[in-house]
Amino acid sequence: MTATDEPTTEPAGDLPADVAALIGRVQYPEAGGFPVEQGYIWTSCASVENGNPLFWDEAVAAEVTGGPIAPPSMLSVWFRPHHWSPGRTEPAVPLQVHFDLKARFGLPEAVMTDNTIVFHEPVRPGDTLRTHQVLRSVSPPKTTKLGTGRFWVIEVEYFNQRDELVGVESYTGFGYRRES
Amino acid sequence: MSVALTIDQVEVGDTLPTLRYDVTATTVVLGALAARDWRPMHHDHDFAVNRNGTRDIFLNTPNQAAWFERYVTDWTGPYGRLGRMTFRMKGSVFPGDTMAIEAVVKDVSRDATGCGWVELLVSLTVDGDVKTDCTARVALPVSPDDNPWRRHGDQWLP
Repeated sequence: MTATDEPTTEPAGDLPADVAALIGRVQYPEAGGFPVEQGYIWTSCASVENGNPLFWDEAVAAEVTGGPIAPPSMLSVWFRPHHWSPGRTEPAVPLQVHFDLKARFGLPEAVMTDNTIVFHEPVRPGDTLRTHQVLRSVSPPKTTKLGTGRFWVIEVEYFNQRDELVGVESYTGFGYRRES
Repeated sequence: MSVALTIDQVEVGDTLPTLRYDVTATTVVLGALAARDWRPMHHDHDFAVNRNGTRDIFLNTPNQAAWFERYVTDWTGPYGRLGRMTFRMKGSVFPGDTMAIEAVVKDVSRDATGCGWVELLVSLTVDGDVKTDCTARVALPVSPDDNPWRRHGDQWLP
């Protein structure tokens, strides 16, 4: 589903000051719950029958990438919380800024319309990653086929234990209320 | 290991071989769990049908990213290094579908550091209907002794 088919712009209101203050601010820093592991790399490759020798042949990985790496597309895998962990009573929610904006604007529905992943330093087994979220923009009110709401762009930046940037995910979300 | 594909072998308009795959419930569930995506619409038929209103469980986005990566690097070989992928989801992929992944070369270029880049327009279709569009930017060696994986810092501009 796409929400971006020729949206029409409502009379634009100014962005609330508390939301404007969040644009560009680092939020929700988080450490990965476990080191990057080879077993998950093989499970991911098996799920799509990816026979790239970088992930299966240590000699090729040593020659081409200076040692084993994880498939770049697994970037967000390392931050999805366990389905259960001791002591947790509330489900962990990824991309919290998205849910914050839905609540702040009172928009009960939301879809993600675009997702861009940019890959930097390779992620390697044993790496311990950290991440944070940055709100980049919020649109004026807009009306699409889905309803009336706002578009926002959130970036999730990922770093390794040497503080090297390993990737950036950019999500465009559309929070909306269905037309009654 | 020798370089399989260099940038001078690629031209705008080239098409990549089509990858066809028969999707099963196992494909969907394995893909979701491999991506640590525990949400029920990717493994629970009853939830998908009665809560989400879809006809069955369906492939999740991170697993589709893995399919696109596999597809692109099947073509490039291990020296191909993904720089960027952008997705637009248009529909769902269900068990029983035969998905077809295809791509065409949109652009071939070298950046200011001399890195060779190919931009691919990749599509995942089922029975001719586009389910996901993906634009992939992948670095290829500019010569048999080049290796994009050796690039770091300001020499890597994905």
